[in-house]
Amino acid sequence: MLRLKPGTKQRVTVTVNGTPRGGYAESRTLLSDFLRHELKLFGTHVGCEHGVCGTCTVDVDGRAVRSCLRYAVQVDGAEIGTVEGLAENGTLSPLQEAFRRHHALQCGFCTAGILISATQFLETNPNPTEDEVRDMLSGHICRCTGYEGMVRAILDVAGEAS
Amino acid sequence: MKPAPFEYCRADTLDEALDLMAEFGSDASVLAGGMSLGPMLNMRLARPAAVIDINPVGELAGIGAAEDGIETGAVCRQVDALDSALVRERVPLLAEALPFVGHFQTRNRGTMGGSVCHADPSAEIPLTLIALDGAVVLQRKGGARTAAANDFFEGIFATAREPDELVTALRWPGRSADTGYAFDEIAQRRGDFAIGAAAAAATVANDGTVTALALGLGGIEDRPRRADLSEFVGAPAVPETAAEAAAVAADRVDPIGDPKVSAAYRRQLVRVLGARVLERAFERAGA
Repeated sequence: MLRLKPGTKQRVTVTVNGTPRGGYAESRTLLSDFLRHELKLFGTHVGCEHGVCGTCTVDVDGRAVRSCLRYAVQVDGAEIGTVEGLAENGTLSPLQEAFRRHHALQCGFCTAGILISATQFLETNPNPTEDEVRDMLSGHICRCTGYEGMVRAILDVAGEAS
Repeated sequence: MKPAPFEYCRADTLDEALDLMAEFGSDASVLAGGMSLGPMLNMRLARPAAVIDINPVGELAGIGAAEDGIETGAVCRQVDALDSALVRERVPLLAEALPFVGHFQTRNRGTMGGSVCHADPSAEIPLTLIALDGAVVLQRKGGARTAAANDFFEGIFATAREPDELVTALRWPGRSADTGYAFDEIAQRRGDFAIGAAAAAATVANDGTVTALALGLGGIEDRPRRADLSEFVGAPAVPETAAEAAAVAADRVDPIGDPKVSAAYRRQLVRVLGARVLERAFERAGA
């Protein structure tokens, strides 16, 4: 059992993009805020803060989830993946390359979350149909409404991998 | 939007969780997946003194075969139920309903028990539990009980759970012989809250007559409910019967009207969705 009184801070240690990191969080500190303010990982964006827009999506222990609906104290010991971890040694991931090729981002605000979702989605479903891709994307809001390019990019990279 | 301060209590075992429930009662909110509680805390619609996190309790996470169906633990993730061969085999109606629950990203974290405890009138998991005449298992320090789904939902976000009780599992009756199941819903956007949802189970005899019929409706009234359609037992399992039964159900509901969706529209949805799922259930019962 762990009990954490309001206002007190707790040490939270996580592995982010393969690197051990630590910081302090109150009971009510959202994972999204912990990543940005404590670990200075500003790639994860914050939109609606009530689980609707999907822009704060990160990978926690292999699953793409809303980081605004998770408390930092809940992820102590977890493996976290953020958009900063997708490129390796300055080389974009195949999905990021496909997003670039298909103009799948406009202002780019929603992109970080969508890349994380799509990366995990393709791991579990390497050959999705267009309908399945659109269904997965329904968990994100792109205010530029640039979904067509994203659908093409995800299908393109899925085809490439198979 | 940030939550008001709260005491965070992480239960690592069921006993710890029940101790915390006894200590805090209605001053605490139980945190399962957090897909509904999280927004309520962030928007400060809920300001509990304590949040009891039951996610680490391993024995609440499973999906198991029960005597005549299956049991899903309170913190069983929706995605795990969706991916479960046992669910597909034994509770096909639930397998058909789960893709309508939220999104890929919320099903990854959202739980079966959390959805039932939150009791949103439009939620698919409570509706499916009602349609199948399932049950909710509750535990408190020193006691346990099982509530029929029909008695559990009491209104918008209201259930028969007592403040010191924890929902530990849901019981899903398994598929019956010669029975077809179907689920469908209408929402403004994919994954959004259902304006109306319908779940049907129909048993059809060899001679083509209906021997049992259930139509669950969600999003229509203040809670999911089964329509009483017993007068259609003995009727032929044909599209006309499906349409007639749905029309009778539509006459009997007391639909919610709100500024976006009128009560009349919701009643019409009962007619359309009801007929659609009943007809599909008839077809599948024969297949």
